[in-house]
Amino acid sequence: MRAPTLRRVGWAAPPLAALLILLVYPMLQVVATSFDAVGSGAPGQAWPTVLGDPAVHRALLTTLQVAAMTTLGCLVLGVFLALVLAYVPFPGAGAVTRLVEAVISFPSFLIPLAFGTLFGPVGIVNTAITGTTGAAEGPLQFMGSVHGVVLAEVAYFTPFIVRPVLAAFQRLPPDQINAASSLGAHPGRIVGQVILPGAYPAIAGAGVLVFMLALNEFGIILFTGAQDVVTLPLMVYTRAIVTFDLPGASVIACLQAAVSLLVYFAYSRLFVRRSGR
Amino acid sequence: MSITAPDAVSHRTDRRPAAAALREVTVSYGATDALRDCSLEIHHGETVALLGPSGSGKSTALKALAGFEAPSRGAVLLGGRDVTGLSPAQRGIGIVVQSYALFPHMNVRKNVGFGLRARRVPPARTRERVDEALRMVGMFDYADRLPRELSGGQQQRVAIARALAIRPRVLLLDEPLSALDAALRQSMLHELQQLRRRLPDLAMVYVTHDQGEALALADRIALMRDSRLESLGRTEEMFERPSTEFAATFLGGADILPARTLTAAGAGETVRAAYGGHEISVLTREDLPRDHGISLAVRPWSWQLADDAVPAPNPVFAAEVDGVQWKGSSYRVQATAESTGQTLHVEMPARGRAPAVGGTLSVTVAPRDVMVLPAERSDGA
Repeated sequence: MRAPTLRRVGWAAPPLAALLILLVYPMLQVVATSFDAVGSGAPGQAWPTVLGDPAVHRALLTTLQVAAMTTLGCLVLGVFLALVLAYVPFPGAGAVTRLVEAVISFPSFLIPLAFGTLFGPVGIVNTAITGTTGAAEGPLQFMGSVHGVVLAEVAYFTPFIVRPVLAAFQRLPPDQINAASSLGAHPGRIVGQVILPGAYPAIAGAGVLVFMLALNEFGIILFTGAQDVVTLPLMVYTRAIVTFDLPGASVIACLQAAVSLLVYFAYSRLFVRRSGR
Repeated sequence: MSITAPDAVSHRTDRRPAAAALREVTVSYGATDALRDCSLEIHHGETVALLGPSGSGKSTALKALAGFEAPSRGAVLLGGRDVTGLSPAQRGIGIVVQSYALFPHMNVRKNVGFGLRARRVPPARTRERVDEALRMVGMFDYADRLPRELSGGQQQRVAIARALAIRPRVLLLDEPLSALDAALRQSMLHELQQLRRRLPDLAMVYVTHDQGEALALADRIALMRDSRLESLGRTEEMFERPSTEFAATFLGGADILPARTLTAAGAGETVRAAYGGHEISVLTREDLPRDHGISLAVRPWSWQLADDAVPAPNPVFAAEVDGVQWKGSSYRVQATAESTGQTLHVEMPARGRAPAVGGTLSVTVAPRDVMVLPAERSDGA
């Protein structure tokens, strides 16, 4: 028994060591830094200061608001798109599927950059409108707002919903849909009572993934140039790089990680209970 | 192709339009015909089995009836009404499939009530009819279970209850027992027979590749082959008097001996025919001219072991035993006739010792046990 145990330890040690060095140690380091003294203050003083800061509260709320709106938008658009791709055969459906997959490989800043070029204050659309009407500024002024950020994030994260949900739809037995149809169900009832519940684990999983990705998104917000949209990741960046408040940045990073873990564990518990596993 | 067959005896007096009918229906996938010119009527209270090997078109015919496949030609009628352009939801047909197709997230009660809710039947009435359907299939005590908490047979009962709850005039069953083990299949077959008795006006179309299920359940059998309806007739007639070589071999099994008549004979008379240098006497059910190519079909259980003490009614074929399968109550022997080289399949009672592989078996057949069929090859002896 000794040799097999040693062999198992031998196989497990390298990846565990890599995990320790690349993930666990840096995380512990962030936690440790959060307890460092700031200036002449006492060690650990950053925690009550940051957690009592109304700006951090606003950033937390904005982060959750953007993530929730993005997730909702992605779910509505992504599930609808997956339904069409799976059940409404049309010429070019394959090309659309591949395009959706390709978007996942794009860098996240590409979408806000393109949106800014099109819909920004001096973007193509506004310039064309002001050129025609002679107005001082164009009517589209949403790119710097929460709505602009959400729109860009929905465009970028929707494929993360489409891909797994489409796969789930394609795995649903056609016999179930045929049976529902023969029993007199119209397409809306089949979608609502057979297809969506059948794909529930994939939809829930993809939704949670997008929520967590949106929760931690940094590049899109930075490139949207939304000065009024301050989220936790943006605040971490500002404190760490601009004001060199590393303990404060670490406290916010810990807060961010705690929110992500809370969402993940809530999903896991809910999924286990609903799926009966 | 349109085949007209006698109606089942119990339905001859029913003057209503057929419960379901296919009129020269063709279903094509691109250049390939999955079903060609199929015409078939199923009467109220009648069970028709669509029997055939895989890819013969039987499931396609069922899907055309259900509305899952749109015919490229022909018409589908329900109760005399053309429903070719209607969706499955508008046809009101009950369907049971091999995979049960229960909705996994709904319990048994919700599954069975699905069709009633879709048809906006009031909740109290829905509950009544769900209870009634569940009692009919003996699943009332399992109403709160999820499908994954049921055995295969129980799931199939729920699927039947769900199809019956909407009170369809026509029930389509697509290989409903194929996913069950042998014992459960027998039990379910018995329950389907009981169901037929309880619902005497229900028309049933039963798709299967298992001749045993077709023989046990069907009033008529529609034998499918190569996307066509090969033959159609009452179950006993199809078995006792098959009209084609395929019907004889697929339904019951038979050795086909290519032969040529040596004498002319009228229906009910004995005709002599030449087969591989042998002269065989057979009882014909129809007029046969002299020197006419025919096929002689012999069932495995019609072969008799030749006994030196009893004069043989026909030539004795010596055959070398190639293989023996013990079936419990009988041996199934595959042997090669020494004089003609033809493979013979002989079923003999499992009394005494099994024939030895490599040994010789002497068999003959009585004139009344040989079926005369139209020749499908021109090389009759």
